[in-house]
Amino acid sequence: MSTNSGDTAWLLMSSALVMLMTPGLALFYGGMVRRKNILSTIMMSFVCLGLVGLLWVLYGYSLAFGADKGGFIGGLNYIGLNNVGQAPSSVYATTVPHLAFMVFQAMFAVITVALFTGAIVERIKFSALLVFATLWLTIIYLPVAHWVWGSGGWLAKLGVLDFAGGTVVHINAGVSALALVLLLGKRRGFPQDSMDANNIPMVTLGAGILWFGWFGFNAGSALTSGGLASSAFVSTNIAAAAAAFTWMIISWIHKRPTVLGTVTGAVVGLVAITPAAGFVTPMAGIAIGAIASVISYYGMVLLKIKRGMDDSLDVFACHGLGGIWGALATGIFATVAVNPAGANGLLYGNAMQFVKQLVGVVSVAGFAFVGTMLLGKLVDVTIGLRVTQSEETVGLDLSQHGERAYGGMLR
Amino acid sequence: MKKVEAIIREEKLNAVKKALEEKSYFGMTVSEVSGRGRQKGIPLQWRVGEYRVDLLPKIKIELVVLDEDVPVAIDAIVSNSRTGETGDGKIFIIPVETVVRVRTGDRNESAI
Repeated sequence: MSTNSGDTAWLLMSSALVMLMTPGLALFYGGMVRRKNILSTIMMSFVCLGLVGLLWVLYGYSLAFGADKGGFIGGLNYIGLNNVGQAPSSVYATTVPHLAFMVFQAMFAVITVALFTGAIVERIKFSALLVFATLWLTIIYLPVAHWVWGSGGWLAKLGVLDFAGGTVVHINAGVSALALVLLLGKRRGFPQDSMDANNIPMVTLGAGILWFGWFGFNAGSALTSGGLASSAFVSTNIAAAAAAFTWMIISWIHKRPTVLGTVTGAVVGLVAITPAAGFVTPMAGIAIGAIASVISYYGMVLLKIKRGMDDSLDVFACHGLGGIWGALATGIFATVAVNPAGANGLLYGNAMQFVKQLVGVVSVAGFAFVGTMLLGKLVDVTIGLRVTQSEETVGLDLSQHGERAYGGMLR
Repeated sequence: MKKVEAIIREEKLNAVKKALEEKSYFGMTVSEVSGRGRQKGIPLQWRVGEYRVDLLPKIKIELVVLDEDVPVAIDAIVSNSRTGETGDGKIFIIPVETVVRVRTGDRNESAI
């Protein structure tokens, strides 16, 4: 099959857009921690571009997208990019070079690993994070990506819809974050000491880069550059807008319209529209985004304020809950009028799709939670997950990286 | 010679600076500081909920004046930084042993 130049250009561009999301996430997270942990927080995201970027081409792509093994995992036929070349794949994105599809998927794996680090900032040992990230990518992410997106994956065969990774990326990372919080415990001093954000403008810049990159994430997932990509692009923007505005209003009702809340809302809206972007009408994006902010806001109140759980940067509330809502919303709002390759949802008379989405949510969330608990425990009993008390007090920038974010006196 | 060390509200700096200037006190050192008194912090908002910041940003002004000028300086500061609410700040008057002007080596009164 021959390649289509428009599709190829758009997918390569989208890969670059999604790549930029990881440094964007680094700034988003980095601005929210205390001053002594900025670099450590940024590093935990940025290092994924290195670590996962390598693992992906060595074996990651093959285990996720290689020849199906029982619906559970890909085979070894693409190890070291063997058989992945300039000609299109016969199965995935058949109008673009196989290499382009491979690198697009690489960026998803990179940011998914970076996402869960937000829950465990300011206390996890850097070496332990690298070991855990390697295990997690291999044992959790690659199978789940195969289940949902791999040719022959069991959730794909069941008909679970996940346009751009609501299940694979967001539920997976969000639920794993929750498990890690349970394993690792609270930061010292939480919640009685104030742990205010060091730089909310940086958080805002990060959220802006995420929103920008998300066009590649969602519209790129059309894998073509035509109407479907445009529809996903517009739905994505609408959902982010609705969610940002809704969060601002909720925050205002409770007291003031905060910047941190508004930009958080935008990200939550982007999370929720991710699985739905290419299956729902753009106007459905309003409901998906607005409801996402309500769920995520009150989820945060419940977890952080009522239960006192230190999911430090609210990864479960934003990505776990936002992703679960998005996956279910796909089962409500999906219509074949937007994407004939999709399905109708509950609103269009197909209640079964909602049930399928629910199966997708429960199986991925369950697998991610149990798997993360086991892998996390394994790392904890071997090399230890947490820094020492004094390293935590001094801050991870100095104790883990020997650097500090801002230089000292004017000289 | 006395050092007048005044902790005031951030937003009162310009008014105080101007008042001191009108009384011919040009020299001063200003720093951004954090501290607390009876105001006991203020609540700020996170994504959800509030947290309390118990060290508040304040401005510290330091100037050295002749003994007899102290009441004038105090008056200029107090009358331009008081709101009557908690958090207006404090002034400390501290004896100064020696003043040296680095450029000329002048000492004490002629160095102020």
